Amino acid sequence: MARVLINLPKAKRGEIVEIRTLIQHPMETGYRPKGDGTSFPRDIIRNFVCKLNGIEVFRADLFPAIAANPFIAFTIKAEEGGTMTFSWIDDRGRSQTETADFIVE
Amino acid sequence: MTERSVQPKLSRRAALVGGLALIVARPARATPEAMQDAIRDFIGSAPVRAGRVKMDIPPLVENGNSVPLAITVESPMTEGDFVKAIAVFNEKNPQPNIGVFHLGPRSGRAFVSTRIRLGDSQNITAIAQMSDGSFWSGSVELIVTLPACAEN
Amino acid sequence: MMPSVAFTSMLSCAVAVSTVIAAAQTRDPRRSGFEDMSRESQAMQRDDTANPGMFAVLEGEELWRAKVGSRKTSCADCHQNAEVSMRGAAARYPSFSTAWNGPVDLQGQINLCRETRQNAPPFPLEGPELLALSAYVGKQSRGMSIAPPDDARLEPFRRQGEALYNMRQGQLNFSCANCHEDHAGQRLAGSLIPQGHPTGYPLYRLEWQGIGSLQRRLRGCLIGVRAEPYAYGAEEYIALELFLMSRARGMAVETPAIRP
Repeated sequence: MARVLINLPKAKRGEIVEIRTLIQHPMETGYRPKGDGTSFPRDIIRNFVCKLNGIEVFRADLFPAIAANPFIAFTIKAEEGGTMTFSWIDDRGRSQTETADFIVE
Repeated sequence: MTERSVQPKLSRRAALVGGLALIVARPARATPEAMQDAIRDFIGSAPVRAGRVKMDIPPLVENGNSVPLAITVESPMTEGDFVKAIAVFNEKNPQPNIGVFHLGPRSGRAFVSTRIRLGDSQNITAIAQMSDGSFWSGSVELIVTLPACAEN
Repeated sequence: MMPSVAFTSMLSCAVAVSTVIAAAQTRDPRRSGFEDMSRESQAMQRDDTANPGMFAVLEGEELWRAKVGSRKTSCADCHQNAEVSMRGAAARYPSFSTAWNGPVDLQGQINLCRETRQNAPPFPLEGPELLALSAYVGKQSRGMSIAPPDDARLEPFRRQGEALYNMRQGQLNFSCANCHEDHAGQRLAGSLIPQGHPTGYPLYRLEWQGIGSLQRRLRGCLIGVRAEPYAYGAEEYIALELFLMSRARGMAVETPAIRP
């Protein structure tokens, strides 16, 4: 499992807060040459989804031009708190999901 | 999601994954034309107006392997008027697509930030798709220098 | 009475000038590479949730607690809480090892512990485990001043490092000092030439898209001047690190730093 860093601040109701996510991943482009003339096979995270209480609030489609250890920051308007899930899906369809409590005061 | 490749080596994989038409060309680089094609895939036949999209990116890039990029779009982000998606394109990486970010009124602000790879000095374009179906764009010209002391 | 007025103003001017000079003399001319990075890269280093070097720290924290070797011993079994026991440790390395009868860097010390205390094979140099453990230990000194030990036994090795630092080598015939003393602050192609203080190792370098040690960075410099790099773990690297750490004495540890 890849390591993940999530910065999910507490929010006041109605406040817009920035959520920052970082996941450990090489984002192998498929273009990097090996010594033997072939390339390292492509291995990227191609999709990221953030849901609050099961409802999608943000989604990203990623390409090899996203830097290694993908960093994605986005905002949310704090209307309700609850369970926030963060899922990353790679080229082979494998996914990793992290869960955090979104606290709205 | 449209899978396009300009790298012949990737053809088979891309065809398997995307099952879509491929542009096979040498050298392995996107071109301003390839970027325009990728943009066309995103917007369809709709017109794109310049404006409302602001890109925050350092003009002189420290290292092309990780270039901080933040995009803000002017929008009230209400139920009736919001940014649906922001797509980012480049003209000189092997592929013209960088990322597509899907937002909604819950986002509160039309904002996204990430770190991207840039193989060369080039134009980066971001296009915002609004809830009313209109498209707006912003572009920035960047200088990417190679590291002075490459390791290998 | 005009002359006296002029004299007074000249005097006050002279006082002002000497104050400025005094201020310049007390200000430390040394600069961490951090200060010359873009504000975006600085922000990446400042925020632990935006710094990919923290992945190595997290991995190191797990390794710290992992029971390994024939004795099934962890680092924590001897050293307990790293946040207490390792505070300031990285700021004092390389130090003198009686086991080696010579200087040992932090990574060497970790491997020494593995071999002699844990009965486990040493980690490969520049491998992810050793980088992770040294990043974790290094982070416990973050913000503390680099404090090389005053140990006379280290002095010949430190001098060897200083000689290497000033020795021209490679097809380009450059010494470290040619760039990092004579031209620090200027640009080589688009890149700023830093003063070369090892304040944040192991660090996450955008160029590497990963974390690496000071030895990897020195290796890159050697390749840059078209010299044959030393093997990882070579005494030359440890001597250079001793000299560089003494040169950076008092500067703050930044591990895990970000650099372009």
